[in-house]
Amino acid sequence: MSEVLRLEGLTKSYGKAPVLKGIDLTVNRGETVCVVGASGSGKSTLLRCINFLGYPTAGRIYLEGKLIGREVTDRAGAKSMRYKEAELCAVRAHVGMVFQQFNLFPHMTVEENVMIAPIKIRGLSKAEAKERAAVHLQRVGISEKATAFPGQLSGGQQQRVAIARALAMEPAIMLFDEATSALDPELVGEVLLAMRRLAQEGTTMLVVTHELGFAYNVARRVVFLHEGTIHEEGTPEQVLVNPTKPRTQDFLRGVTTFRMPEPKLAPADPSNRGE
Amino acid sequence: MAYTWDFNFLLSVGPLLLKGLVNTIKLWAVALSCGLAIGLAMGLCRTAPSAILRGIGTVYVESIRNTPGLVQLIWIFYALPIVTGLQSSAWLAATVSLSLYTGAYSTEIYRAGIASVEAGQWEAARALGFGYGNQMRYVVLPQALMRMIPAFGNRAIELAKATTLASTIAFGELLYTAKTIAEDQLRPLETYTAVTLIFTAILLPLSYACIWLERRVARNNGGAHHE
Repeated sequence: MSEVLRLEGLTKSYGKAPVLKGIDLTVNRGETVCVVGASGSGKSTLLRCINFLGYPTAGRIYLEGKLIGREVTDRAGAKSMRYKEAELCAVRAHVGMVFQQFNLFPHMTVEENVMIAPIKIRGLSKAEAKERAAVHLQRVGISEKATAFPGQLSGGQQQRVAIARALAMEPAIMLFDEATSALDPELVGEVLLAMRRLAQEGTTMLVVTHELGFAYNVARRVVFLHEGTIHEEGTPEQVLVNPTKPRTQDFLRGVTTFRMPEPKLAPADPSNRGE
Repeated sequence: MAYTWDFNFLLSVGPLLLKGLVNTIKLWAVALSCGLAIGLAMGLCRTAPSAILRGIGTVYVESIRNTPGLVQLIWIFYALPIVTGLQSSAWLAATVSLSLYTGAYSTEIYRAGIASVEAGQWEAARALGFGYGNQMRYVVLPQALMRMIPAFGNRAIELAKATTLASTIAFGELLYTAKTIAEDQLRPLETYTAVTLIFTAILLPLSYACIWLERRVARNNGGAHHE
């Protein structure tokens, strides 16, 4: 199985406050990895570092086997990374990001939202981009809204468009930063279904989520983040149903009263377990 | 009332007034176009990541905004030939000074408009792989411009009134033309009344258009962010 993303000792501090304290994580092609954890555990920061919306303080990020940035050693012998903005633009173009707040471009139609980056960055013609947009809007089930403006859509529809916009760049990996947290409860399902479908189609995904049911049913691996470190990692059963670490157990006790299936319950779609 | 109003002579000086009006409109159009272009360049400087560019923008805006427009006009009228070697002309001095004047105020409109675009918009464009310039060009500026339109309308109205400053350096716009007619005909009250009415007739519809645009833009923004 080929590796798409590898993090080695990823560290991020804001001033003196460490948010990520050395994260090691690998995501392989076609895999869905879910990151769960309490607010403030560093989940969003982790995603933002991966596509350099925030710069890591230390550590290495490999995308498709290639180290991002250049390692330099200062006079004292300390190693740090140097990044060039042009390289980071290229990295971001190969990493799809879906935000909590959708962040669609309100002055463009749905279709134009999906077409702009392939045209301007990948150099596609308008016709090619339109064709590609149609494919990805279809994947998230929102083809009929192609000519609408974002302001005319529900939150769930907007988020699916945002997913299509990221997919249209045909990224090596898709990052989801609490993609359903800003949605009204009745709109969460449609977005999760779209994401599940992508996972089933073999999209490589790193998903930060509070939807433990989604993590349980869709993820191949679940990572539990606690105070900036990976506290527990494993299959959904291991981490979400039979956690061994006390912090994971505390977290799950706090959030799962009504959400988690009983340990004996089988996953909803066994063919999707990928094991 | 001892004074007897008589507007009849205005018919005979109509062509003169019209010529003045045409000059006013020319000055207005050129200064507005140049001012908005300067404003765009300086507005981009004011919001740039580079501290040097931001500094240039700030110096420009503050030096223009904190001196009277009339003083700038007179200073440029006398200084321009010495600084640039260009032959002095009232037209040149008036367009240059009103352009700089409008430019400074529109710089602030651009800056505020750009700042009003949510951080999430920049981030989404950045996450797609756009560099700073393209984030600005394709995502931020188009949205900001929509929100700026009413403010530009108000600026255009302000500038139309400010064109009368050019009468002080004997540029033949509407007010200067009126002054010569008033002296010639010995009918200042009627002449300046006519000037007032001409300005009102032109600017009142513009003002209402601005109010209408403001409402429209507000409604569009509301629609775009109903979630």
